[in-house]
Amino acid sequence: MEIIRNFPCLSILLAMFSAIISSALKGKGARRLNTFVVSAVGALSACTLYLTYTTGESYVYVMGHFPAPFGNEIRFGSLEAGMALFFCVIMLFSLNGGRDKIRLEIDPGKENLYYIMVDLLLSSLLVLVYTNDLFTAYVFVEINTIAACGLIMIMESGRAIEAATRYMIMSLLGSGLFLIGLCMLYDMTGHLLMSYIQASVRDIAAEGLYVIPLLVTIALIVVGLAIKSALFPFHAWLPDAYGYSTVSSAAMLSSLVSKGYIFLLIKIIYRVIGFDIFVQSRIINVLFVFGLAGMIMGSTSAIRENDIRRMISYSSVAQIGYIYMGFGLGSSVGMVASVFHILSHAATKSLLFVSGVGLTDVADDNKQFIELTGAAYRNVCAGLAFTVGSLSMVGIPLFSGFISKLLFSQAAVQSQMKMLPALIVLAISTILNTIYFMKTVIRIYTPIRSKYASVSIKENPLYAFTLLCFIVLNIVLGMCSQPITDWITQGLSVFA
Amino acid sequence: MSRIRKQSEYEKTFAYRFFRWMGGEKDAFVGNMEMRPQKEYVEEEATIEERMRDRRQAMEEVYDSGHNRELRFFNWLYRCFSIIFCIAIVAMLVLTVSYLPSVGGEDKPTNNQVSETYITDGLKDTGAVNIVTGMILSYRAFDTFGETNVLFIATCCVMIMLMVDEDKIRENKDSNDRMFEPKNDVILQVVAKLLVPMVFLFGIYIILNGHLSPGGGFSGGAMIGAGMILYVAAFGFDRMEKFFNEKVYKCVKVTALICYGCIVTYYFLTGANGLACLIPLGVPGRILSGGITLPINIFVGSEVACTMYAFYALFRRGGL
Repeated sequence: MEIIRNFPCLSILLAMFSAIISSALKGKGARRLNTFVVSAVGALSACTLYLTYTTGESYVYVMGHFPAPFGNEIRFGSLEAGMALFFCVIMLFSLNGGRDKIRLEIDPGKENLYYIMVDLLLSSLLVLVYTNDLFTAYVFVEINTIAACGLIMIMESGRAIEAATRYMIMSLLGSGLFLIGLCMLYDMTGHLLMSYIQASVRDIAAEGLYVIPLLVTIALIVVGLAIKSALFPFHAWLPDAYGYSTVSSAAMLSSLVSKGYIFLLIKIIYRVIGFDIFVQSRIINVLFVFGLAGMIMGSTSAIRENDIRRMISYSSVAQIGYIYMGFGLGSSVGMVASVFHILSHAATKSLLFVSGVGLTDVADDNKQFIELTGAAYRNVCAGLAFTVGSLSMVGIPLFSGFISKLLFSQAAVQSQMKMLPALIVLAISTILNTIYFMKTVIRIYTPIRSKYASVSIKENPLYAFTLLCFIVLNIVLGMCSQPITDWITQGLSVFA
Repeated sequence: MSRIRKQSEYEKTFAYRFFRWMGGEKDAFVGNMEMRPQKEYVEEEATIEERMRDRRQAMEEVYDSGHNRELRFFNWLYRCFSIIFCIAIVAMLVLTVSYLPSVGGEDKPTNNQVSETYITDGLKDTGAVNIVTGMILSYRAFDTFGETNVLFIATCCVMIMLMVDEDKIRENKDSNDRMFEPKNDVILQVVAKLLVPMVFLFGIYIILNGHLSPGGGFSGGAMIGAGMILYVAAFGFDRMEKFFNEKVYKCVKVTALICYGCIVTYYFLTGANGLACLIPLGVPGRILSGGITLPINIFVGSEVACTMYAFYALFRRGGL
C-alpha cells in the first residue's frame, strides 16, 4: 500500500519522460510509446483510486526533501485519482478513434512532434489535477496552453494556423489574468501552497482586511480560467479551434483541456479560497448568469451552423455553460452536478467528434449537412455512435446526459433564488439541443441514393472498437450513476 | 631599414600594406568580401494598385461597407468598447494595488517564516552559496523542471510551425539566406573569432559557478546560445554543421533532459519516502558542492543553449 503513494508522482514524471524520449524517436515509435504511457498512467491512477477510495482519505506527497510550506507538494484524494484515470481513458479513446486521420493529415516527419504534445498535455493535466501548489499549477497551465496550440496547428492548413493564433491570444490573456490574481494572492497571504493560502485567506476574511483585493483576486482567477475553458462571452476562439484541427485534437481539446482548467478552478474554489468565501463573493452570481447565457447562446449558434464539426463545437459552449451554472448555484449539490457533467460531457463530446469524422469520411470529407444525407447507412457504426452521443446530449434516460440534467435540476430546486431561472433555461436549452442534434440524426438516417461509397466495420476494426468503448462508457455513466455520484461526493468532502 | 630594401621586397611587408591602406589607395575589403549596395525596396505601381483594389473589393463586395450600417456601427462600438474596457481594467488593477500591503513593509504578509527559512537555512539545506539558485533547484525543484519543459515544448511547437524538409533547405541555401547582408563579412568574422570563445567561456563559467555566484543554468545557457548564434551569423551554417548539426542537437537535448529528469525523480522519490539523498552537499564554496544544484545547472544550461540556437536556426532557414 505504501508504494501506491508514489504512483501520482511517478505518472507525472512518466508522461514527461515519454515526451522527452519521443523527440528522439520516429513517428511510429513515438506513437507506440504514447499508447503505452497513457495506458500505464491510467493503470497507476486506477491503483491510486483504489487506495484513496477504500481508505477515504487524502494524501500529501512531498516533491523533494522539504515539506510544506518550503517545498513543492502534490496531493491526491479519490476525486483527483478518479479524474486522472478518466482523463487517461478519454485520451486513449480519442487518439485511437482518430489514428487514421492523424496518419493522413499530419506530415509524417512531424508525427513524433504530435505525440510529444500529447504526452506533455497528459503530464500537465495530471499536474493540474494533483497539484497542491498554485505556482506549480501556473507552470503547467503554460505547458497545457502551448501543447494545445501545437495540437491545433499540427494540421498546417491556413484555417488551423489562424485558429491556433486566435486560441493562443485568448489563452494567454487567460493565463495573464490568472498570474496577476496569483501574485495578488501571494502578496496578501505570503504563501503559494494551497492549504496555507486557505488558512491565511480565512484569517483575512475573518478580520475584514483586504476586502477589495480579495474580491478582485477571485474575479481575476475565475475570469482567467473561464477564458481558457471557453465560458460564454469568451468563447470566440472555440469553434475554429475545434472545427479545423485534426479529430483527435478536437476531441482532446473539448473533453480534456477545457476540463482540466475547470477542475483546477474547482480545486481553487475548495482548497485556496474556501467554498464559503467563494459563495459569499458575488462572483458566483456572475458565473451563474454567464452560464445561463452560454447555455442558450451556444445552442442557438449551433442551430445556425451548417458545418457538422462547428456545430458540435458550439454545442461545447452550451455544455460549458451548464458546468458554470452548477458552480453558480453555490451549493455542494450543484458542485457534484458540475463534476458529474464534466465526466458526462467529456465522454459524450469526444464520442461525437470521433463518430462525426466517420460520417464526414463517407461524404468525401464534406462537412456540410446536405452532403451527409444518408451517411449513417454508409458507415453504420459511426451513425449508431453519433445517435447515441446525440441522445445523451439531449438528455434521454439510459445515457449520461440525462443524469447530469437530473442532478442539475435537483440542485436548482434546492436554491431558492436561482431555482426558476435555472430550471427555465435548462428546459429551453434541452429543446434547443434537441433541435440541432435530432436534425442531424434525422439527416444522417434519411435514405438516399448516394454517389459516395460506403464503409464496412471490417475495414477499420480499431475505429469501430473505439466507438463501442465510447458507447459503453456513456451507458455506464448513465446507468450506474449512483456509485459515481457517491464517489464524487466523497471526493469533494475530503477536498476541503 | 626600408630605405635599403628593393621596391618588390618592400611591397610584401606589413608596413607597405598598412600605409597604402592609410592613404586610401586600397580597400582591404574589395575582392575579399562580397559587397553590393543594398537595394532599396521599391514597390511597383501595379502591385500597390492591385492591393488597393483587393481591399476595396473586399470592403464593398464582402462586407458591403457603403451600405452596411450594421458593420460600421459594430466597428465603432468595438473600438469604443475596447478603449473603455482597457481603461476600466487599468483603473481596477491600480485601485486594487493601492489596497495591497505596502512594498517593503515589515509587517508585510510575504515577510513570513518561508522567506526567512530560505535565507537562514538555505545554505545548510542545499549546500549552494547562491541562495536563489539553491531555492529554485532544490526547494522548488518540480516547478523548475516544469519550466525547463516549457522551453522544450516551445521548441517543439516552433518546429511544427517552421520546420521544412531537408531538401528544401539545401535548395534555398543561397537565395533565401542572405538577402540583405553580405557574405563573409570580414569585420563580423574577425570580431566573432575574438568574441565567440570568450562568450562560450563566460557562459560555461556562469553555469559551473551557478551555485556560488549570481547566475545559473538559464542565464549561462542563454549566453552560450547567443555565442552560437553569433558564430552562425558570421561564418554560416556550413561551418556550424561541422560540430553542431541536428544529430548533435538531438543528442545533447535529449541527454540533458533525461539526466535532469532522472536526478529529479531520484530526488523526489527519496525525499517523499524519507530516505537520505546520496548526492553529497560538499563543502560550501567549493566548485564541487551544492548537491543536485551543480549537475542540474549543467543540464539546464545545455538545454537552454540548444533552445536558443534552435529558435534562431528555425526562424532563419526552417531547420537545424
